[in-house]
Amino acid sequence: MDTPEKLTGFGASVKRKEDPAFLRGEGQYIDDLHLPNMLHASFVRSPYAHACIGKIDKSAALALPGVHAVLTFADLPEPARVNTLPCLVPHPAIKQLKLPYALAKDEVCYAGEPVACVVADNRYIAEDAAQRVEVDYEPLDAVNNCRDAVEDGAPLAHAGAESNIAARFLVKVGDADRAFAGAAHVFREKIYQHRGGAFFIECRGVVAEFDKPRGAFTLHVASQGSHRIKRSLMEMFPLADHEVRVLTPDVGGGFGPKGSFYPEYIDVAVAAEMLGRPVKWISDRREDFMATHQERDQYWDMEIAVDASAKIIGVRGQLIHETGAYTPWGIVLPWITATTVPGPYVIPHLKLDVLSVFTNKIQTTPVRGAGRPEAVTVMERLMDRVARELKLDRAEVRRRNFIQPSQMPYKVGIIFRDGRPVTYDSGNYPACLDGALKKSDYANFPARQAVARKDGRYIGIGMAIAVEATGLGPYESATVRVATSGRITIYTGASPQGQAHKTTLAQIAADQLGVDYTDIDVVTSDTAAVALGMGTFAARTAVNAGNSVHVAAMEVAAKAKKIAAGMMECLEDDLELAGGHVRLKSAPDVKKPLREIAGRAFGMPGFSMAGGLTPGLEHTAHFTPDQSAYSNSAQVAEVEVDIETGEVKILRHTVAHDCGRVINPMVVDGQVVGGVAHGVGNALYEELKFDDQAQPLTTNFGEYLLPMAADVPRVDLVHLDTPSPLNPLGVKGAGEGGTISAIGAIISAVENALEPFGVRIAEAPITPMRIVELLGEHAKGRTA
Amino acid sequence: MSDTRKLSITVNGTTHNATVETRMTLVDFLRHELLLTGTHVGCEHGVCGACTVLVKGVSVRACLMLAVQCHGATVHTVESLAQGEPQGKLNVLQQAFQDHHGLQCGFCTPGMLMTLTEFLRDHPDPSEAEVREALSGNLCRCTGYQGIVDAALAAARKMREEVDESK
Repeated sequence: MDTPEKLTGFGASVKRKEDPAFLRGEGQYIDDLHLPNMLHASFVRSPYAHACIGKIDKSAALALPGVHAVLTFADLPEPARVNTLPCLVPHPAIKQLKLPYALAKDEVCYAGEPVACVVADNRYIAEDAAQRVEVDYEPLDAVNNCRDAVEDGAPLAHAGAESNIAARFLVKVGDADRAFAGAAHVFREKIYQHRGGAFFIECRGVVAEFDKPRGAFTLHVASQGSHRIKRSLMEMFPLADHEVRVLTPDVGGGFGPKGSFYPEYIDVAVAAEMLGRPVKWISDRREDFMATHQERDQYWDMEIAVDASAKIIGVRGQLIHETGAYTPWGIVLPWITATTVPGPYVIPHLKLDVLSVFTNKIQTTPVRGAGRPEAVTVMERLMDRVARELKLDRAEVRRRNFIQPSQMPYKVGIIFRDGRPVTYDSGNYPACLDGALKKSDYANFPARQAVARKDGRYIGIGMAIAVEATGLGPYESATVRVATSGRITIYTGASPQGQAHKTTLAQIAADQLGVDYTDIDVVTSDTAAVALGMGTFAARTAVNAGNSVHVAAMEVAAKAKKIAAGMMECLEDDLELAGGHVRLKSAPDVKKPLREIAGRAFGMPGFSMAGGLTPGLEHTAHFTPDQSAYSNSAQVAEVEVDIETGEVKILRHTVAHDCGRVINPMVVDGQVVGGVAHGVGNALYEELKFDDQAQPLTTNFGEYLLPMAADVPRVDLVHLDTPSPLNPLGVKGAGEGGTISAIGAIISAVENALEPFGVRIAEAPITPMRIVELLGEHAKGRTA
Repeated sequence: MSDTRKLSITVNGTTHNATVETRMTLVDFLRHELLLTGTHVGCEHGVCGACTVLVKGVSVRACLMLAVQCHGATVHTVESLAQGEPQGKLNVLQQAFQDHHGLQCGFCTPGMLMTLTEFLRDHPDPSEAEVREALSGNLCRCTGYQGIVDAALAAARKMREEVDESK
């Protein structure tokens, strides 16, 4: 069908529908909501990482003019005193499930845990009052570090717990111990990866309303999925389905943590009901540093066994993963991490002992990459080690171990977090790496390095390859509806935070409905608009929502043709959709507008539709993927290290990326490039520091460094598009790959640059200060 | 408890007279009193740049400035950028952002636009390195900056062409 409309559908780099409003300052983010009579909340947060709570004196706060309420645990309605926040993903391997209350009951387990909620006329007064709430704390020993937390005699993160171990499980393929016994070479690496955060530029926020006559709550949340927020509320409170509506407005970045359920949402809703007025809470940046979920603290002790030709025989070791104070996502992160370790390689024997461990720090839950960057960094460090020890080129070692395209679908032999065996659906890993190497002129790097070294400059090159489970189920909802006005709208539970769903989902439907993508509105993440939904996380929306839209739009198109065939007295097969009409293929001027067809589908008062089509020119689909679709990427970083200051400059950065068929190449490029920037931060700058009593020391952007425009390289992209056989569109997820393989590549490049000094890097981030320290430890006779 | 002052301020061409608390920041005044919510708040400590506006033509962090400090001043926010354009049109810089995928979530965007509005006015022919340096006071977590840098360079080119044409 060569209609001009086709050019804006699937596969076209069309401009984003979202942009004009954002560029005019007309976005509607959570703090832009101004409701009549609205009050403002501020939180009293624990200044200690671990303490018992004694008496709370609210009198001075309540005495302040303009203060309406100070809520503590005792003031919460009964369900919130009986129920903790729910665990989003329970799992039998969890030995100790620890979850917070909406306000701390008698013990606080991280600095920043909410203890009281102050509601006042405005935010200024609320903050004044919060400072006047007097809380008696009895400090307890805190545990700061997950490796220390598993030692005998370590302080307990939760008073009275049996230990600091939340969960322990084994991930196993073959018989690693036996395989290691006969291996030609065994190498051991201990690697530490430090926690960072999402640090969306818009902090979290919520506005709650309570409609007393209807007994119903409306929550506006800067979230990654309204339906899951609603579900969490209903796990705590005995509310009917119609008594909670959750909407997600425009969201200023999510990257994972806005997909969690937080105590503040409940407290603000409770306050709104209690006071009979809407209540708004917007996190400030300091709160964001203390009380928004973080990720990536992991200690690894790993061994790799290879034969004389560098082919992997086995990988084994231990992963100590820090869950922080609570387990709201169960063991999702360590599970994803462990099952991402094998990556693109044939690993006949694998054994990982995985511990998820409590500390007195804000909990870790998925942040862009969600456990995958850590696994890839570790596996790629091991591969670099093999290359160095066996004096082989690093790319060659990878090539000898790649799973080949002919082996697809490839069964890794372990179970993923979606409950399905890890089975790679498609991909060409050798071609992906070769693409990145070629684009980055890897072949001529030794010459570049030799010239640089002559000039006293230390440049290095590194690579990392990742296979990434994307498009996780269970489903996403999509209703495609042609209104009786003729306007077309997609309603979905998917919940964008910058990914351009309102453009890309419209592109998918446009192909089926024969209209331009700008003719289709997309309404996201409103629980009143569509009954079910999961939201946007885990690089899942293209696969889940995309295919739901595709299926729903196809059904609507088929229905429109059926109805039109009746109206036009012709065969359905003679009809096509174009330009907002159903028309005869042979005589395009003979046509019926979708508006008229939608009117027919709506029905007329009193006239029977019995025996005919279901009413309404609409269809709702919930595409339910069988398993994850596996994207893959290879990144090559070329860096220069200043050995005096430790500064790392990325000279060149290449990403070869395969996320199957691409809906909008411009949007996918943006996702990949943006993901790399996040990886640059994790590799070089971002470090959340705590003292030995788990007191956060980095609580602003002066202390915690995000990559700036001058730090992030221009990224060269190579595209591969191996379709996924697992969904009708052949798509895979694209939102996280840029981050996942960036860290390992940059670390590898820094190590390569410092090769003359024998510096070995087994940690991320590798900050300038650490580089100078390492040069001090390892420098071979360098003079000042 | 509140200490208030009278304030006269011209924002995007409209003069407002108001009585404000002396402690109210400029950004809160713009957003919550004038309901000009295009200017965003990202850190409240002057690092992220999301709240950048022009006061007397100079970029400032509206989170670090008090509203009362702007008594008698003219202020321009993101809402002013397309004021001179035909209905429905974006200005050159805004359009370049859309054309070069210079925004994703859109939250840092108003600050980026205001920083670049000042920068490109004063540096009509910048190098990429100069653009990156100019943007170093504005954080973006979505784009990796590449689209923003490309948009700035393209807008500069377009603006130079328009100046040449008008000569």
